[in-house]
Amino acid sequence: MFKIKKSSQLSENEFDFWIEAPLIADKAEPGQFIILRIDQLGERIPLTICDSNRGTGQIRIIFQVIGKSTADLAKFQTGDNILDVSGPLGQPTEIKNYGTVMIVGGGVGIAAIYPIVKGLKKAGNRVITILGAKTKELVILQKDCEIYSDEVIVTTDDGSLGQKGLVTEAMEQVIQRERIDCSWAIGPSIMMKFCTLTAEKYDLPIYVSLNPIMIDGTGMCGGCRVTVDGSIKFACVDGPEFRGNEVNWTEFISRMKQYKTEESAYLSSSQGKQVNTHG
Amino acid sequence: MAKRSYTKTPMAEQKAEVRNHNFSEVSFGYTLAEGQLEASRCLQCKNAPCIAKCPVEIDIPGFIKAIEDENLAEAYKILNRYTNLPAICGRVCPQEKQCEMVCRLGQSKKFEPVAIGRLERLVGDWAIQQPTEKVTLPKTYKGKVAVIGSGPSGLTCAGDLAALGFQVTIYEALHLAGGVLSYGIPAFRLPKEVVQKEIDGIKAQGVTIETNVVVGKTITMTEIMEEFDACYLAVGAGAPNFQGIPGSALKGVYSSSEFLTRINLMHGNQFPDYDTPIQNSQKVVVIGGGNVAMDAARSAKRIGAKEVAIVYRRSLDELPARLEEYHHAVEEGIQFYWLTSPTEYLADENGSLKGVKCLQMELGEPDESGRRRPVAIADSEFVIEADTAIEAIGQGPNRVLLETYPELALNKWGYVDAEEATCQTSIPGVYAGGDIVTGAATVILAMGAGKIAAKEIASYIEGKK
Repeated sequence: MFKIKKSSQLSENEFDFWIEAPLIADKAEPGQFIILRIDQLGERIPLTICDSNRGTGQIRIIFQVIGKSTADLAKFQTGDNILDVSGPLGQPTEIKNYGTVMIVGGGVGIAAIYPIVKGLKKAGNRVITILGAKTKELVILQKDCEIYSDEVIVTTDDGSLGQKGLVTEAMEQVIQRERIDCSWAIGPSIMMKFCTLTAEKYDLPIYVSLNPIMIDGTGMCGGCRVTVDGSIKFACVDGPEFRGNEVNWTEFISRMKQYKTEESAYLSSSQGKQVNTHG
Repeated sequence: MAKRSYTKTPMAEQKAEVRNHNFSEVSFGYTLAEGQLEASRCLQCKNAPCIAKCPVEIDIPGFIKAIEDENLAEAYKILNRYTNLPAICGRVCPQEKQCEMVCRLGQSKKFEPVAIGRLERLVGDWAIQQPTEKVTLPKTYKGKVAVIGSGPSGLTCAGDLAALGFQVTIYEALHLAGGVLSYGIPAFRLPKEVVQKEIDGIKAQGVTIETNVVVGKTITMTEIMEEFDACYLAVGAGAPNFQGIPGSALKGVYSSSEFLTRINLMHGNQFPDYDTPIQNSQKVVVIGGGNVAMDAARSAKRIGAKEVAIVYRRSLDELPARLEEYHHAVEEGIQFYWLTSPTEYLADENGSLKGVKCLQMELGEPDESGRRRPVAIADSEFVIEADTAIEAIGQGPNRVLLETYPELALNKWGYVDAEEATCQTSIPGVYAGGDIVTGAATVILAMGAGKIAAKEIASYIEGKK
């Protein structure tokens, strides 16, 4: 059992938990994730480790309610227990001094870029961070990112905070203004795809963090397989970070929708259903 | 004594048209009377060949005699000297290639061999119904051993070491112990309550099982070797192979590992009572000819698929699956395409699978394995309509632990290089056995390695002190 030490709500659909998991906190590196299972009936879902504290033995996750499991998880409060948490999984981000780096986070993907922003800053990079969201309320971790960035650019679809428009527009402005040595983009797959296309235009290396459907997260089923540079890779053990220009996006985006029917049928049937055995 | 029956005492089973809609066990097992009747067929040979052919060398005539004498407690005592998991092995061992293959009764033309597996199962099932005896744990242990992986090999090694007076911790990456017994072999062949009870029995001996620990990630091998006197690696061969033919990433194409894990471990067949979904398959093609292929096909039928076909590139004579499972599959309405090899998965407009393109094969000259190599017949292409394809073409070593432990020597196939007779690896104090050494094999071979490792680890630690 893994106790939630602190929980808060960041926006209508985004939640922020610190979970007691000392073994994971001790090993977690930027770019890695956990798999959790809420209760005996639960499925295993992957979530990025947003932060970790070796002193307190806690890890932080920030998630958005998008389906049954995340909706159930959102009902958990401080002091409740999550049945299973496994990690840290996946390959860590390659943290080193690249020079100037640009890191783009979209929506809840901002939670996934935060540890990378922090790591790259500590490694001596000049860090330019671009945060994109639909509206002002959905821009999360802005202050935290500011601590570890030389510059933070915020974009919102409706212009309610920062500049109005897409993250790719902000990317272009930065690229045209100064030399960038390496970049990252994490967010919805469509955003990552367009960030990749933007970076490619300027021959800028770009890493993306893929979030395919996973079950075990340890390389034993291949449910998370993606085609990278023409060969089959398992995102859970070979990734989740890959070079954006090597990812087969059409295939990846299609596979994300594999259980759409089951998921939506389930969500509508389970509304109002009691969440099992937490607390 | 009554005349020996020529055939094995039959075992009752669910009717095919009923069982292919449920996940309950196909075979019901012997009653005590049936067991006694079958036990009376045993010739009680001196130097019994069946013992030598059993990978853990169970005193087979001994336990069979005890059944005949209506003394199941004694039968269990005998079995337990050799195996920690009789209810499991009695069910899943390929006895026709082991103990029963050499049974002297079965050597005579008229007689079928003694049903050793069914008898072992009878005793194993009796034992798990008995109240667990409280084991008094030692005040001081002879040493501390870490076992990585809670499949049959790890469980056996842990149980034996605990019985020898060692403090044992098993680390398991998944949320449930059992390895392939829990996520791989379906409940209709191996009920999960049986697995759980055998694991509970091992825990009752004082073995600690830590789940959700991915060794190499959650804790490192360096940390393990600092904390423990020795370690047994039994992480199995769990990384699925894909053929890599065009369309492998289409929606509807699964590895058998994923398909079976969703059902066995995550209860996808009970969706939406359980949260893990599985595709609502109607027409399924399973690729491969091993037990895993049979398991996947029969599971697909049970989750409601109308048509399930197994595609195998050789013929029935070369089928690696147990004959019993093949017969069960046929009874349950699984179709077989022999000498057939898939070449491409075809997509519909949504990126979902709509068919499997195949080539007809014929058998050519024998290959390195001694089996005749399948060769494609020109212009023999055809398409099997399917919304789901499941590749059951074998597994390889999982790299998660191995990549973080480069000091450990591997063989040319990427498995751990360990002495067969001792399970010793290139690193003192580190032992390995089961599928991570041999590649995908059987439950009983994995158990056999676990037993050897336990003995070797015990003398290694005792020798150090």
